[in-house]
Amino acid sequence: MILIWLIIIPFLGGIIAWYSDRLNTALPRWISLIALTFDFALLLALWFKPGIVLPPAGNLVQGSTMWLAELDRSWVPQLGISLHLAMDGLSLLLVLLTVFLGITAVASSWTEIQDRVGFFHLNLMWVLAGIIGVFLAMDLFIFYFFWELMLIPMYFLIALWGHENRFYAAVKFFIFTQVSGLLLLIAILGLYFIHARNTGVYTFDYLQLLGTYMQPATEFWLMLGFLIAFAVKLPVVPVHTWLPEAHTEAPTAGSVILAGLLLKTGAYGLLRFTIPLFPRAAFEFAPIAFVLAVIGILYGAVLAFAQTDLKRLVAYTSISHMGFVLLGIFAWNETALQGAVMQIICHGVATGALFILVGALQERIHTREMGRMGGLWATAPRIGGVALFFALASLGLPGLGNFIGEFLVLLGSFRVNIAAASVAAVGLIAATVYALWIIQRVFHGPNTFNWRMPDFRGREMIIMAAMIIVIVWLGLYPQPVFNKAGQALGNLQRSVDIIEIAKPRLSRAGDTRRGLSLFTDEAKRSRRIGTVPGVPMEAVNGR
Amino acid sequence: MIMFKLLWLIPALPFAGFIILALTGSRLTRTRTAVIGAGSAGLSMVITILTGIRFIGSPPPGNAYVQVLWTWMSVGGFRPEIAFRLDALSLAMITVVTAVGFLIHLYSSEFMAGDEGYSRFFAYMNLFVGSMLTLVLADNLLLLYLGWEGVGLCSYLLIGFWYKDTYNGYAARKAFVVTRIGDTAMGIGLFLLFTVLGTLQIQELMQRALQQWGSGNVMAGAAAALLLGGALGKSAQLPLQTWLPDAMAGPTPVSALIHAATMVTAGVYLIARTHVLFSLAPLVQAAVAVIGAVTLLIAGFSALTQSDIKRVLAYSTISQIGYMFLALGVGAWSAAIFHFMTHAFFKALLFLGAGVVILGLHNEHNMFKMGGLRKQLPLTFWTFLIGAASLSALPLVTAGYYSKDLILYSAWASEAGSPLLWAAGLAGALLTALYTFRMVFLVFFGEEKTRVERKPGMQIKIPLIILAVLSIIGGFVETPASLGGLHIFTKFMYTALPPVVNLPLPATGEFILEIEAALAPPIGIFIAYLFFLYRPRYTGRLASTPSGSALHRFWFSGWGFDWIYDRIIVRPFLWFARIDKNDFLDLPYLGTIWAGKGVNRLLVHTQTGKVRWYAVGIVIGAILALSAMVFL
Repeated sequence: MILIWLIIIPFLGGIIAWYSDRLNTALPRWISLIALTFDFALLLALWFKPGIVLPPAGNLVQGSTMWLAELDRSWVPQLGISLHLAMDGLSLLLVLLTVFLGITAVASSWTEIQDRVGFFHLNLMWVLAGIIGVFLAMDLFIFYFFWELMLIPMYFLIALWGHENRFYAAVKFFIFTQVSGLLLLIAILGLYFIHARNTGVYTFDYLQLLGTYMQPATEFWLMLGFLIAFAVKLPVVPVHTWLPEAHTEAPTAGSVILAGLLLKTGAYGLLRFTIPLFPRAAFEFAPIAFVLAVIGILYGAVLAFAQTDLKRLVAYTSISHMGFVLLGIFAWNETALQGAVMQIICHGVATGALFILVGALQERIHTREMGRMGGLWATAPRIGGVALFFALASLGLPGLGNFIGEFLVLLGSFRVNIAAASVAAVGLIAATVYALWIIQRVFHGPNTFNWRMPDFRGREMIIMAAMIIVIVWLGLYPQPVFNKAGQALGNLQRSVDIIEIAKPRLSRAGDTRRGLSLFTDEAKRSRRIGTVPGVPMEAVNGR
Repeated sequence: MIMFKLLWLIPALPFAGFIILALTGSRLTRTRTAVIGAGSAGLSMVITILTGIRFIGSPPPGNAYVQVLWTWMSVGGFRPEIAFRLDALSLAMITVVTAVGFLIHLYSSEFMAGDEGYSRFFAYMNLFVGSMLTLVLADNLLLLYLGWEGVGLCSYLLIGFWYKDTYNGYAARKAFVVTRIGDTAMGIGLFLLFTVLGTLQIQELMQRALQQWGSGNVMAGAAAALLLGGALGKSAQLPLQTWLPDAMAGPTPVSALIHAATMVTAGVYLIARTHVLFSLAPLVQAAVAVIGAVTLLIAGFSALTQSDIKRVLAYSTISQIGYMFLALGVGAWSAAIFHFMTHAFFKALLFLGAGVVILGLHNEHNMFKMGGLRKQLPLTFWTFLIGAASLSALPLVTAGYYSKDLILYSAWASEAGSPLLWAAGLAGALLTALYTFRMVFLVFFGEEKTRVERKPGMQIKIPLIILAVLSIIGGFVETPASLGGLHIFTKFMYTALPPVVNLPLPATGEFILEIEAALAPPIGIFIAYLFFLYRPRYTGRLASTPSGSALHRFWFSGWGFDWIYDRIIVRPFLWFARIDKNDFLDLPYLGTIWAGKGVNRLLVHTQTGKVRWYAVGIVIGAILALSAMVFL
């Protein structure tokens, strides 16, 4: 039941916040904060719940043992829809990130939002509820429900509280996600009927649909449906163009949630659904995914540098960073997957912080144009120092969490595809260029426009300190996160292995994933040891 | 063992200093800031010295002590630790880093006294010292990489310390980006090493490399080349040397500490640390020697033409690191570290002396506006002269002579050496003496042109004196056969690094080499005297000939590297960024919007409100529908 509460608390909190508006405009903020703090406390309880012993390799664990918490109630049995929510380490981390960034989003809009405060918080809380639902749903119908639920309040957040060009951005965002969501729906239904035809059982349950047998061509098309929906969200170049508009025009809280969380639902979808449900098609697609990922990393970084609007610049950096996530997910070995998860978390925090910084600057000097800034360090050294910190996180400085993510992604994918990993590494140079450019244009140089502004204090400093601590902690001792995610990622990898073993007659694209391991002695040794023919090399190598 | 247990404190103390200074900001008084900043570096030095005495007195088993603090992460067989390793190599490095570091902190406490960013300066400096110590103490390549990037960051922060000037920001960014190009190559090298050998723990890695790869192995070559990329960037060697002269935009103590004594030699340390890989890749190792030889000459010529005193020293640093690379390339690992040590002393001394001059003359960098300062700044003059003599490798009495002589000897006599490499080194030695004493004569001799406004106090004088003493006696730990044949330094290094393999050479041969190496510096000094003190007109006449002035411009601009990089990398990048600011991948979607709007505009015309038009429309539609039913 704890899982349903995780969703209901922000959902109800939003409604109460909306009504409380009439009594006092400060009330919605406090109500949202309290609701999210409750959620956070629940999650901490789950975090410290004793972990579950890893099952022996090669066995897909079904049922309750693989979850930290689970809720499975039949809902519409005629159609095979059940209210199936479950949480493993991966979901726990992502929900924790959601609530953490939710709190920072509420806190960072404390003074920014003065108009329709109650309705703003209703939307904010409902987006968060939708996102939590997405991370917990184990029934594809419920998943799709939450997937759509996130969009509408997000649309309102952009369209009502956004900046100059908000309607265009909101509509663009909505159309992109809606069209791709439709493909997802079609693919879900396709999978549903194929499974029913094979087994006679109509079900939307994720675990039952895993390993559904289908023709390679069918599998490819269904995979594409799942892939495109998530690729738009991630986003993958060339379906990224909704992102700069939406991130730039959204209010600060909206940008934090967009960059920190909505993008991550795309990554999560790829991890949880696209590859495990359609492993062979996904691995055949892997080389293309690598190319797209590398293009995204470099193209996003160059375009970030090209921007003059600070918020748009930060928006483009997300495209670059999400390229690493895509690379890591399709490399599909333990190192790369852990790296992708770390990158998801750290990018959420670091980019969220950068958007909060931009929002704080805009609140003070009423512009986002970098040409109108410069020399702000002298008047606001704390803002400058914090911005420097997150710019460094963004360029992947070792000792900070983002480095761990990017390094592991590259390390893991190097084993699979040397060229992709090497070219992607060039993205680190490009990231240096844009990150230092922010500092130069905004904080260094002469203060041409004679800006005088209040520095960070109290509330803002607390938000930033919390985010800095998270990034430093993950940079120096990331193991707790790896421990939480490891079990979940192991399960995902095993579920794929089993499907592949079950159908050895079908060609696998695993060869492309081996790359360098062909000439490493260690790999040769492990291949000799490897008892199960057809298990991908990483499955043996990685553990 | 109790002393070794404190090893972690050596990098941790400066980090702690950084955190305190960063959190308190400018709220502390200047005195307290200086006490925390210089004190943390000083304490670190004390522990280092005590540890060093203990280490030499009773070496730990295997001549190395490893302290594991915690496991950084453990993912898919990748299990780097936060662990420090103390052996002869890292001990030599941390001794120099903490000692020179502390002296420069002391110097800075007076040098930066009037600056508004006083606490920020010491915070960055402490962060640098901590990162540098992490770099040299790291037991695995990932932790080394952390220190590596950390020192790069501090270099960026301190070059751009006076951030209000846009040029400083440019120089800082250039330094960070150019070195990061090398760092990325190094990162890929780490991926390769881990993927193939399965660990990044340095000692284990070297052992596995020896076991799995033979000499000339392609993998070993690739890995060594990639690591070399990182070393070239950090140590400002060809072709990534262009950032260092611009890095002189930072405050002078920064140039002394980061861009002369310590950080820029990190590449030398990296190669020495992973020498096994380079031994397995003779081609790459030969490339190291050639790059070193070419760099030392190119930078030497550039140093000869500079008018900014700090730029002379910057090019000189590039050139001297070229010597270290030359030593590494011929397998004389210990000689490279020896030269690193003496270079740290005399080059830091020269920079600090230059700082006194610059400060005294109201931030004047141009040597042609200086002159005759030896009477006004006597202590600075004498210490600077000692530093210059040591840099020029004046025989017998200077530390620089012993280290440079060892390199030149190895360049000839080593298995991997060659007369050509030796000749380049010898020519470089002459050149070094020439540009160094050009600087000395221009600044301290000749007619007095300006008055010194600010005389140095004790905090500046003490570091100068100590470094001057070290610049002389620092070399007596290692002397050639004809001068007693002391081998204290190299013997100590041999516990961590393999000795250089020399071809048999007759004793007379060695003696002749020494004579030649000893003659080059005095000749260079004499030429400098001739051209810049005795008959300065000659120089003017030489530089005013067409070919002379063209050559002067070419050398002055650093052999046109900046120009080329600007054309082939920077401009295309900026051009693409400019034309694609609005992201042409958005065009298809915009096209959809336009198409939608266009169709809408067309269809609007059918909404005329005239019944006749609608009736015609209905009739046409009915006919089409009927014919479709009939014919299809």
